[in-house]
Amino acid sequence: MKRLFAVLLAAAFCAAAPARADTTLTFYYPIAVGGPLTKVIDGYARDFEKEHPGIKVNPIYAGNYDDARIKALAALKAGQPAQISVLYSIDLYELLEQDVIMPWDDVAATAEEKAWLKAFYPSLMMNGIYKGKVYGIPFQRSTIVMYWNKDAFKEAGLDPEKAPANWNEMAQMAAKLVKKDAAGNVTRWGVMVPSTGYPYWMFQAFARQNGHDLMNKDGNHTNYAHPDVIAALQYWRDLGAKHKVMPQGTVEWGTLRQEFTEGKTAMMWHTTGNLTAVKTTAKFPFGVAMLPASKQRGSPTGGGNFYLFKKTTPEERKASLAFVKWMTTPERAADWSIATGYVAVRPEAYETPKLKDYAAGFPQAVVARDQFRYATAELATFQTGRVRKLLDDAIQSALTGQKTPAEALKAAQAEADKLLKAYR
Amino acid sequence: MSAAGRRTPTLETAAAWLLALLWLSPLLYAFWAAFHPAEYATRLQLLAPLSVDNFARAWTYAPFPRHFVNTVMLVTMVLAAQLVLCTLAGYAFARFDFAGRDIAFGLVLVQLLIMPEVLIVENYRIMSRLGLVDTILGIGLPYMASAFGIFLLRQTFKTVPRELEDAARVEGCNFIGVLWRVYVPLARPTYLAYGLVSVSYHWNNFLWPLIVTNSVHTRPLTVGLAIFGAPESGVDWGVISAGTLMAVSPLLVAFLLFQRQFMQSFMQAGIK
Amino acid sequence: MKTVYGWLLLTPAALLLAGFTHYPAVATLWDSLFSTGTVVRPSRFVGLGNYASLADDPIFWQVLGNNFWFAVGTIPTSMAIAMLMAIWVNDRLPARALARMAYFTPTVLPMIAVANLWLFFYTPQIGLLDQIGTLFGLASHNWLGDPHTALACTMAMVVWKEAGFFMIFYLAALQSLAPELEEAAKMEGASRWYFFRRVTFPLLMPTTLFVLVNATINSFKLVDHLFILTKGGPDNASSLLLYYIYQVAFSFFDTSYASTLTVVLLVLLAGLAVVQFQLVERRVHYR
Repeated sequence: MKRLFAVLLAAAFCAAAPARADTTLTFYYPIAVGGPLTKVIDGYARDFEKEHPGIKVNPIYAGNYDDARIKALAALKAGQPAQISVLYSIDLYELLEQDVIMPWDDVAATAEEKAWLKAFYPSLMMNGIYKGKVYGIPFQRSTIVMYWNKDAFKEAGLDPEKAPANWNEMAQMAAKLVKKDAAGNVTRWGVMVPSTGYPYWMFQAFARQNGHDLMNKDGNHTNYAHPDVIAALQYWRDLGAKHKVMPQGTVEWGTLRQEFTEGKTAMMWHTTGNLTAVKTTAKFPFGVAMLPASKQRGSPTGGGNFYLFKKTTPEERKASLAFVKWMTTPERAADWSIATGYVAVRPEAYETPKLKDYAAGFPQAVVARDQFRYATAELATFQTGRVRKLLDDAIQSALTGQKTPAEALKAAQAEADKLLKAYR
Repeated sequence: MSAAGRRTPTLETAAAWLLALLWLSPLLYAFWAAFHPAEYATRLQLLAPLSVDNFARAWTYAPFPRHFVNTVMLVTMVLAAQLVLCTLAGYAFARFDFAGRDIAFGLVLVQLLIMPEVLIVENYRIMSRLGLVDTILGIGLPYMASAFGIFLLRQTFKTVPRELEDAARVEGCNFIGVLWRVYVPLARPTYLAYGLVSVSYHWNNFLWPLIVTNSVHTRPLTVGLAIFGAPESGVDWGVISAGTLMAVSPLLVAFLLFQRQFMQSFMQAGIK
Repeated sequence: MKTVYGWLLLTPAALLLAGFTHYPAVATLWDSLFSTGTVVRPSRFVGLGNYASLADDPIFWQVLGNNFWFAVGTIPTSMAIAMLMAIWVNDRLPARALARMAYFTPTVLPMIAVANLWLFFYTPQIGLLDQIGTLFGLASHNWLGDPHTALACTMAMVVWKEAGFFMIFYLAALQSLAPELEEAAKMEGASRWYFFRRVTFPLLMPTTLFVLVNATINSFKLVDHLFILTKGGPDNASSLLLYYIYQVAFSFFDTSYASTLTVVLLVLLAGLAVVQFQLVERRVHYR
């Protein structure tokens, strides 16, 4: 019996002593655009492992952004390992409040690593910085763009190469693009902006175009009831109710792309993430343009950043840094952009031959990038889920005519203030 | 045992068939969208070309084999545990007169009304503490003691004639032996009925598995389908239909082959 | 001795039931008296504070109202259709096996899977309902995006799912009715409707009550389709209590408020149990 015990002890000792310290990185990621992209991520993981023996990467596909956040936090709470994750850029405050993330600044030691932190588009960094430290590294980011059906434009007597540049033009051109059948029913709308799924995101564009952001940098104040913001919602409502170029009620996010490619609407506002899908299914020439301006151009950014979790060992942190740096090299950023339709997250990516050629053949791909200088951070505050839902509900109630934009937004602002008071 | 010699009037027949067609329409649409290319998903033209491209794509988008294995493991584990636990409990209620029995039975029946789905918040917390989050056992555990099963088996066991039990006792069986040799064999129809109901229910269960599972290793088909069908870029009906058909086909085929048994099971369960 | 054995047999099941039904129910009640804790702000006792927030929460009242209309809309409808289906399938309907299979199929399909297909039915302009509508010259309608119709659309899907399931119970009951009753009624010249109203329907009462209990419980439980169809929108017009609980607990991470909402749900279910128990005691006159 004693012998057996000794043998077991020795075996345990051998197993415990790290022979080849293999660091394992587990990360949750969402796929927000359709396609066999899990294979692409898995491919990246394998390529990284080849170049970095001693680090194993375990990507876990978690669904959409909400799922990824829920799953990653649940895993951390349950004590399961996760070192990094791609999560919604706006989950920053929630993650801070749960005290689960740490800034990348603390791990970036060398001058080269610190320079890497500055290599991304500034507008993409906005959602990831809190009190001067970088918590989120951009990975799959998007903005809203306007897609337009060139054939429909020609049919309506409009110049098929010119998209509307401002709100007035959009309303007028859309009115010309509405097509009705003999009975007077609309068979094609002028423009459609989705109001389910992520209504607040679309609304941020309207608000920004009218000159205002919806929250402050510290995540404890919202701006829902500013007169310009109310006017922005009024314009959105008017498109459906007054100008009749958009259906009344809410427009479904999930089916909008189909409605555009089926010719049921001549223009649509949607994420650049849809670009590849529209390209493959549209049977007509289409254009992609920056969103029209009111007082200025504007669009929120969207998408996911890499976050680093606190419950990590120094080896894991170094490995994570290596992995994330590897995932965001110009070549890889270009590759990911072409595969998904997301914007490449750093300027150097657009200088790579691959992306240069792609953009030459498909100029629609760089519109989103050009829009970056007008871009603003996505809506994020403490209690972000609730604060966002207040806005979503307000938008939907205004678009369905249940409340006026002023009523809806003022009520939402009052509720948001109650929630955020504790953080000021 | 239908009314002798009376045919349903024509108008009613037409109405019944129309209703049947209506009832099948979602499934019919799924077949349509799955077997035609993406652009025909919304255009219902009869002569559209067929394709199995959607199935190929759906297969790569989501790990269906893994989800299938998870689901099979889940329903098997749950059913096995239910059969054992409910048999023991049903036997206790049917044949043992013990202190507090009626109160205990009442407490058991509470679960008929307050199912694990209703208590998601607290049950998730418990699973977290037990370390069972993201495990298949974690999905199945709250369901293993089924009030419905206990109720059914109690009713069934009560109808077993005492003489059979006495005969077995005369041969020297203790109470477990009696259970195994007399009661269980006689309750076979009930077991079959209950089994089909349970498998159906857990194959299609969604909310609780959604909450408890985090990763592909444990997700059953329903959760896999939901995640697979909800990307930011919008709905692709061809691929979703293909995925849906792949996920529901085992149960659907089983149902089509064993229709009578399925319906008899549910009927039996209902009568009791 | 028997007592020991009795409890011994019962123990495994009892442990699991206590662990996942009774204990959580009590724990939920307890939890609703505290505030949600985060790492930064720990939990503290607030007594009835959460219930006060509940009363102030317009979404809660909206959701409660929705559940009420949902129950009113789906329960009688699915029961009536189920009864009709059972009668048809029980008669000499041509191709009745096929009809029976068609009616029962929704029961074996998971709701979450079918929700995407129903999404196609309801999509404006390119969806099935609107395509049929265009054939008749009707305008396209934003079914799921109009707060007046969103809830009704989800109800239609649930009725579709449930009716076939209830049909089975009615079928079983119909088949246990003595055929002599019908023959006697025919001989006396009673019309089918008269026979149904005065004989069949009252004899089906026990089944009806059983189905009623089931349908009511299900009306609180069935929220899977909301994840795909509307996510509770527009502006909570189609949200239901259990779905709201999920949002609060797993999207907002506000577990105490979710517990408070759950207590309301438990009270409703318990109340229904009491009411139905009384009904069953009074009306069922067999066994």
